[in-house]
Amino acid sequence: MAGRVDALYFFLIAVAVFFGVLIAGLIVFFAVKYHRKNPNAVGAQIHGSMVLEAGWTIIPFMITMVIFVWGSSVYFAIAHPPADTLNIYAVGKQWMWKFQHLDGQREINELHVPVGRPVKVIATSEDVIHDFFVPAFRVKADVLPGRYVSIWFNPTKPGRYHLFCAEYCGTKHSGMIGEVIVMDPNEYESWLSGGPEGSLASAGGKLFQDLACNTCHRADAQGRGPMLEGLFGKTVNLQGGGTIVADEAYIRESILTPSAKVVDGFQPIMPTFQGLVTEEQLLQLIEYVKSLRSQQEQPTARPVEATRPPTNETTPVKK
Amino acid sequence: MLPEAVHQQTHSPSLAHHFDNLEQQREAATLGMWAFLVTEILFFGGLFTVYMIYRSMYPQAFAAASHELVIWAGTTNTAVLITSSLTMALAVHAAQTGNRRLLVTLLIVTIALGCVFLGIKAFEYYTEWVEHHVPGLNYAFEPEYYRNAQIFFSLYFVMTGLHALHMIIGIGIMLFMLWWSIRGVITTEYYNPIEIAGLYWHFVDIVWIFLFPLLYLIGRHAHV
Amino acid sequence: MASSTVLTPPHHYLNDGVGIKSWLLTRDHKRIALLYLAGVTFFFFIGGAMATLIRIELITPAGDLVSDETYNKLFTMHGVMMVFFFLIPAIPAVLGNFLVPIMIGAKDLAFPKLNLASWYIYMLGGLFTLYAVVAGGLDTGWTFYTPFSTVASTSNVIPAAVGIFITGFSSILTGLNFIVTIHRMRAPGMTWFRMPLFLWSTYATSLINVLGTPVIAITLLLVAAERIFHFGFFDPRVGGDPVLFQHLFWFYSHPAVYIMVLPAMGVVSELVAAGCRKPVFGYAFVAFASLAIAVLGFLVWGHHLFVAGESVYSAMIFSILSFLVAIPSAVKVFNWTATMYKGSVSWETPMLYAYGFIGLFTVGGLTGLFLAAIGVDVHVTDTYFIIAHFHYIMVGGTIMGYLGGLHFWWPKISGRLYNEGLAKIAAGIIFIGFNLTFFPQFIVGYLGMPRRYHAYPPEFQVLNVLSSAGASILAVGYLLPMIYLMWSLRYGKLAGSNPWGAVGLEWTTTSPPPTENFVTTPVVTWDAYQYDAQQVEGHVA
Repeated sequence: MAGRVDALYFFLIAVAVFFGVLIAGLIVFFAVKYHRKNPNAVGAQIHGSMVLEAGWTIIPFMITMVIFVWGSSVYFAIAHPPADTLNIYAVGKQWMWKFQHLDGQREINELHVPVGRPVKVIATSEDVIHDFFVPAFRVKADVLPGRYVSIWFNPTKPGRYHLFCAEYCGTKHSGMIGEVIVMDPNEYESWLSGGPEGSLASAGGKLFQDLACNTCHRADAQGRGPMLEGLFGKTVNLQGGGTIVADEAYIRESILTPSAKVVDGFQPIMPTFQGLVTEEQLLQLIEYVKSLRSQQEQPTARPVEATRPPTNETTPVKK
Repeated sequence: MLPEAVHQQTHSPSLAHHFDNLEQQREAATLGMWAFLVTEILFFGGLFTVYMIYRSMYPQAFAAASHELVIWAGTTNTAVLITSSLTMALAVHAAQTGNRRLLVTLLIVTIALGCVFLGIKAFEYYTEWVEHHVPGLNYAFEPEYYRNAQIFFSLYFVMTGLHALHMIIGIGIMLFMLWWSIRGVITTEYYNPIEIAGLYWHFVDIVWIFLFPLLYLIGRHAHV
Repeated sequence: MASSTVLTPPHHYLNDGVGIKSWLLTRDHKRIALLYLAGVTFFFFIGGAMATLIRIELITPAGDLVSDETYNKLFTMHGVMMVFFFLIPAIPAVLGNFLVPIMIGAKDLAFPKLNLASWYIYMLGGLFTLYAVVAGGLDTGWTFYTPFSTVASTSNVIPAAVGIFITGFSSILTGLNFIVTIHRMRAPGMTWFRMPLFLWSTYATSLINVLGTPVIAITLLLVAAERIFHFGFFDPRVGGDPVLFQHLFWFYSHPAVYIMVLPAMGVVSELVAAGCRKPVFGYAFVAFASLAIAVLGFLVWGHHLFVAGESVYSAMIFSILSFLVAIPSAVKVFNWTATMYKGSVSWETPMLYAYGFIGLFTVGGLTGLFLAAIGVDVHVTDTYFIIAHFHYIMVGGTIMGYLGGLHFWWPKISGRLYNEGLAKIAAGIIFIGFNLTFFPQFIVGYLGMPRRYHAYPPEFQVLNVLSSAGASILAVGYLLPMIYLMWSLRYGKLAGSNPWGAVGLEWTTTSPPPTENFVTTPVVTWDAYQYDAQQVEGHVA
């Protein structure tokens, strides 16, 4: 991916050098060749040339269209992560990066990833706008409060790479830096197994009980809320018409402002949890919901396992 | 050199020295006022854009909040402003035909109507304050729509507040025109100031014609 | 070289009324231009002082000269001062005010009192913003992004926002004044297509001023309202959208960069025509290109939001439009270069600035293509690559154009000639200093150094040191014209009405011109750059 960006960049340099040298060269050449000798001399009274005007309008237009198509193609690839990425959550706050691996590993300002498989960072901000920037991978995206954005990359070489915050966010903006540490797959395994608590999903499950979500979101007669099993990635019918795909943003919104989108057939009685859950806890709950299989399927065990995180990714979270 | 006929006109007391003749002066002033009104359209336009975006995002909250506005006040104000535009247009005609007495009367009525508008507006603001609809001061709203209704009320105050500010400026301009009319500065030769002041007044009226339905009329029927 | 024109007329606009009141209450567009000259120069040096401190800090990787809070205020105020109080007003309010009536053969602008009011409004806004600087500074970046500016910043956001809001009206009213003047007050025979290209550029700039500035005004008003009343337009905690601010902000601020560069392009057209003593190649194309830039410039603001959360398809639309807006600028560059072919090419200082502009603007514009290609922009946005790009346009472009124009019309404005040798040296110093300052920034940006960083990883130091060295040279270059231009006011040789042997209505009147510009209203029967040997002979002083 980074190679594609560099290839376009070098093409652009070639174009820029060509035209820069052309113009600078012509200016210097004409300035010397036609240097005014006689103080009263005037220039040749030439007014223009349709052919030249057409030429230097159409040719730059064609060149720019080539660049547009090429640039858009690279951008399209940047904006669409592949299907089976290793997902990691990031929360930016003044002035640090907090990472949460699905199996529970947490990091601050450092992000360990294995080499050779695509990684998707799903990020949000706790306060102001930040920006997740890894120059070596040629990726960058603003990290916004109240929304999830995703950045994906495919590390190909082990090593340590700069991570910068690239959207001015206040006093210690230039201190909001860290490293992405790309490891051999084996080393990554052993690093992961040194992890403390349970997975994100299991922490979310515990939270689900502690916050009494299960008093309404349950299958029996007491159930006043929609069932969450198998929900993630499905299309939901909303009250008042309209549908929405149940992605990370939808889950987050349903917890913080439940009356915004009420599921068809249910009463708007869910209380809001705004101010009662942190961004990290929201991520845990989201991972928990993702992990819920529908009733028909066999529930699979969820050990602290590094190789295959839940792959319920159906919608890339961009907006 | 300038032709003789035009040369005579340069002695008119209402001609500014940098213009060649009264016609050029009039055309320049009129074009200037139109250009200024275009800037005002862009100014309010930014606000209307913000309104449109949030209304499409939170239609129910906006309807619920709009329902709380004082509809009779808004409607009366609309009638008041439209009438004042009528009196203003008649004032321009009076100036063109040299009817000084009528011009002065119509200007006074226009100003009075503008003041009535502002008075009703002040009453409305007071009502919003009593009902806890002022974000940042004592805001409270039903929990279901609390957050997003706050955006509606914020927009309401900024939009109507800016409009009211323009009304006040408009009244100031009209007072100035009134003074000139009484003093005889406005003549059948030089009535352009009344025309362009009228343009400004009509513009402020039109902004209200847009504000009224967008703010007052979207929650009229029972909301969800 | 003999001429019957008196070198300096006994009565002209500079001695028509003496004392501070005659200046502060003047309605003469030429005096108002000089009032603006004082204002913009003052704010330029404040912005420049901040740049100096920034570049000194960046010599070392650690943040050791000033605290991070102070640094954040420095780059913010540098941007605010330079953009709103220097680059946007400078050429229109100084050169435009002075030249527009003269170039169209009028006695003054359409609304002289409004013109004076515009200057007072400009100064009042400047004072508000200066207060923000002095009372502890502003640290939001000149871009005021929310929610940092509305919720998190503890600096003087409101005074600064109010100051910019007020000054915006100066731009709007000046633009309005120019539009009406150009439409209604052209001298007999001065058709649109006989106007000098500087007027076309000024007209296009005025269109942008009039249409765009009100949007930044309302945007800053909403920021101030949000800060005071916590309204929530841009606060996600109450359902607002921080990215909406960015759309509103850039809807003005992108066209604003054309406000900054179009007048300089207009100056360059004049300088190239006079410097080669022939018509600008493709006059109509250059004129229409100015209008095209103004129109297309309003359609590309989303390219500032490629990584900000914009949808993929919006981004692609803004990308293609951004490529389109580059075309008219390219057309202008080719036409100016073609003008030099078979010209009688002068190497005097104003022309050197013009040639420098063409080269440096080309580099800046070409790097704009890098940014319009979203795939590359993702990597380089918010890095020093962007900073280098816009400084090539603003400094390599606009400031070179401004200095070129100032030198070219200085004899007309003051009646005096400056020291040509010193001026050439200053131009050379500026050119070298500028490139040394900003070219390394392209490289360090692509390597990944983010912008607005107080401290940076050590591997970026060499390029930063080069850049700071260049800045010190550039600073010297900027101080020199201050000195020799002021010196010329007293000791410079008298210029006469047309020291350059140029064609244009301004060169037919005295240096300095009389208050009413012309003794008799000119009747125009010639095209804009009609140089034939007979006319030049008559004009050379």
